[in-house]
Amino acid sequence: MTHTLALPPEHPASAGPVRLLSGWARTRQPADWVEHSASYGPPPVPRRTRGQGDEPLIALVDQAGLRGRGGAAFPTARKLAEVRSGRGRAVVLANGCEGDPGSNKDHALLTLAPHLVIDGIILAAQAVGARETMLCLHRGDPLVDSMRAAIAERPNEPLLPTVVEVPARYVSSADTALVNFLTNGTAKPTQRSPRPSQRGVRGRPTLVDNVETLAHIALIARYGPEWFRACGTATSPGSTLITVGGAVRLPGVYEIEFGVPLGHPLRLAGGPARLLQAVLIGGLAGRWLPMPAAHELPLTEEDCRAAGGRMGIAAVTALPAGACGLHTTARALRYLAEESAGQCGPCMFGLPAIADDMTDLATGAAASEDLARLRRRLGVIPGRGACAHPDATVSLAATALDVFTDDLPAHLSGHPCPPGSAFPLALSPHHPDARHP
Amino acid sequence: MKGSRRRNENQLRIDPISCHAHGLCADLLPEMVTLDEWGYPILLGEAVPAPLLQHARRAAAACPSLALRLTRAEPTG
Repeated sequence: MTHTLALPPEHPASAGPVRLLSGWARTRQPADWVEHSASYGPPPVPRRTRGQGDEPLIALVDQAGLRGRGGAAFPTARKLAEVRSGRGRAVVLANGCEGDPGSNKDHALLTLAPHLVIDGIILAAQAVGARETMLCLHRGDPLVDSMRAAIAERPNEPLLPTVVEVPARYVSSADTALVNFLTNGTAKPTQRSPRPSQRGVRGRPTLVDNVETLAHIALIARYGPEWFRACGTATSPGSTLITVGGAVRLPGVYEIEFGVPLGHPLRLAGGPARLLQAVLIGGLAGRWLPMPAAHELPLTEEDCRAAGGRMGIAAVTALPAGACGLHTTARALRYLAEESAGQCGPCMFGLPAIADDMTDLATGAAASEDLARLRRRLGVIPGRGACAHPDATVSLAATALDVFTDDLPAHLSGHPCPPGSAFPLALSPHHPDARHP
Repeated sequence: MKGSRRRNENQLRIDPISCHAHGLCADLLPEMVTLDEWGYPILLGEAVPAPLLQHARRAAAACPSLALRLTRAEPTG
């Protein structure tokens, strides 16, 4: 199977900032080392200014207000500082696994601007005092070869990353799972404490950053925090890549500034292909939002939390009217249940149980007491796993019951939607080993 | 303020990866632990009240997989 990459066919300047995708917008080609060097020059070495106590790059990233692009929106400077102040020589892991089948942004970035990510890895390694850097990708992903080729194109530099292939499973790219894999060979999450930034790979303080986060660092080092803050909001500055999928005319990866309404990326993607009833935000393990009500929701983690949800990974999948939200959710829950690492009881047993419940509900096999049991289970599972996988899966199910609540009576009274009414949520597989719902 | 109040508090924690649903904790400390339908413990709170401290110690010591732990809270709270 070939790597199918969904990309914006055009990205008009009026549509907003084009930063990470500027090379693509200009040349319509992936940027090789020659092109990258011509556009950006060598990565700058941030200089310490008088009276400035912090490491200079970390100070710039702090002023820029950059937050992680892997879904957690954690302040990047804080993580950099924690790794830098840790005991022992630090390690840098760039996370390019992109385990969620609803997201394709990291693949787009690594395909189109690989050297921006590599610049970011080197800059981050200098800032935290690391000598060892790795780029984590899913085993069998075509990016493994293309990124190795990109690294080989560059002049020999001390901090160039080694490409590491990680088992292509959903939870194997959680930060603790990457650390566990590189330390013990087990690609499964561990307890959240101590954090990888405190004790990571082989006990060393380890920076685990999403590849897009690192690419933003490469731009901040060149153009500065004021430039970075020229778009986005005060608390979520800058731009982000976003995957727009489902029932839109031009599904693909786009770049938006934080704070634009949810309808904006849908418009960039050519607008709805059909009337929409809902969108899934945050990837496949995301949350449902009703349409058109969610059209004006500003896209930042803070605004989504204020509305009772989460933004998570920048991904929006549009569900057309006519598709069955319950059938669609049941399929996604089944996939997520099968992707459990099988370590924690509430996840190992709870996720298959709620996937069964949702399937029964979708197919008309559930009565109201079964729905009550599902709601009870959704209340019991969260917060009891080592990683966030069970909590995210529960949120997907819980928001489905809210957003598709009008569909419940018919499904509970023996008039379910037909079996074919599930809508495919996953994008094309990145690589042959990946399993998809 | 919150930190100083919690400084010497004993807290109950479960390592969900180590836990294998033996269920002794719910027998020995029913005031703080119930089991879900799959037999895995649900903590009804983390802070251990002084009268239950002895029972909590016994429950932690009895856990065959060492998944139930009694710890003193960090002063940072």
